[in-house]
Amino acid sequence: MAKITAGVTTSHVPAIGAALDNGKANEEYWKPVFAGYDYSKKWIAEQKPDVIILVYNDHASAFSLDLIPTFALGCGEKYKPADEGWGPRPVPDVYSHQELASHIAQSVITDDFDLTVVNTMDVDHGLTVPLSLMFGQTDAWPCKVIPLAVNVVLYPPPSGQRCYDLGKALRRAVESFDEDLNVQIWGTGGMSHQLQGPRAGLINKEFDNNFLDKIVSDPEALAKVPHINYVREAGSEGVELVMWLIMRGALNDKVTQKHRFYHVPASNTAVGHLILENK
Amino acid sequence: MALNKPYSDIPGTTIFDADMARIGFHLNQFAMSLMKAQNRERFKADERAYLDEWSMTEEQKQAVLDRDYNRMMSLGGNVYFLAKIFSTDGLSFQFAAATMTGMTQPEYAQMMLDGGRSPEGNLYKNEPNKGAS
Repeated sequence: MAKITAGVTTSHVPAIGAALDNGKANEEYWKPVFAGYDYSKKWIAEQKPDVIILVYNDHASAFSLDLIPTFALGCGEKYKPADEGWGPRPVPDVYSHQELASHIAQSVITDDFDLTVVNTMDVDHGLTVPLSLMFGQTDAWPCKVIPLAVNVVLYPPPSGQRCYDLGKALRRAVESFDEDLNVQIWGTGGMSHQLQGPRAGLINKEFDNNFLDKIVSDPEALAKVPHINYVREAGSEGVELVMWLIMRGALNDKVTQKHRFYHVPASNTAVGHLILENK
Repeated sequence: MALNKPYSDIPGTTIFDADMARIGFHLNQFAMSLMKAQNRERFKADERAYLDEWSMTEEQKQAVLDRDYNRMMSLGGNVYFLAKIFSTDGLSFQFAAATMTGMTQPEYAQMMLDGGRSPEGNLYKNEPNKGAS
């Protein structure tokens, strides 16, 4: 039987990818960011997941205003890094576990979550930066990845509660898959940041640290926080944090926190990162 | 009944909701087109001619020519779409964000190094303001 063993959350700031790709990771500005992932690289080398369900958002790369799915599950064979305006990131293609992806689609839709199925798309920094942070620079990602793209660009995104409940449905889906697989679920994006308007640069350390506490200890309460609290207190782009609740919903009620990291700034953004294992 | 938009009293912030997406549809789709290298080249060669291929308002076109990002957002632009414009210009997200705040990039970068813009005074339009408007 497939099993979700652990969850990872991390910010997916594009400048982090650019720093890695352009050989700037050892610069003073970036050193503390990457140092926050030293433990994580060792941890994941030991964990050896077979598949990662990677929850992220597309940033007007695969989805223009032509089509804006709220939850889009990747069911294709592989995905290429997107050209986001300066050429694709020099990172490997992402290969999926297609049988598990199609099983999840069937299970979750039957379970009342109306997912959109995507077979062809490119994946942008929202998906590739977390892989780079956890696996470093490599010629091939060491496991399969199933992308789950969540709309957080066009307001309103799905509610925190809906995300949390989708996580639970994902877990039921994974646990009803017959093959023995070590599956992780990652929730990415955040933490506080605002990239637009005269209020750009907003960072709210108190909000972020409370979020890092509560997503471990009291996710049920956190799931009830309305969007307005995110956009007002954590910035217009801070609402990406609802995606972390999908990760949390897919884990046990009780989890062990293996790692926690918080750093300001990476470009415009507060970086937050957690590793949680099912108890 | 009109939808409740509690985010309208957040200072210095435009929430890209479905109404803004309607107003900004052609502006954002133009920006999206710059993800293709050949379109970037055509745009750079003659910005005005390239913009005239799109059903954008004159105000939207002028805001693009002026690289006035706050204006573009007030006319329905979304920052992730507009990012294709400043990427075409070879400029970073941090540079573009700085121009939206009226700061120079070094001033803005220093603010971020100092911990970012404080939430204090920046959560409601009617509270004493420290920077954002």
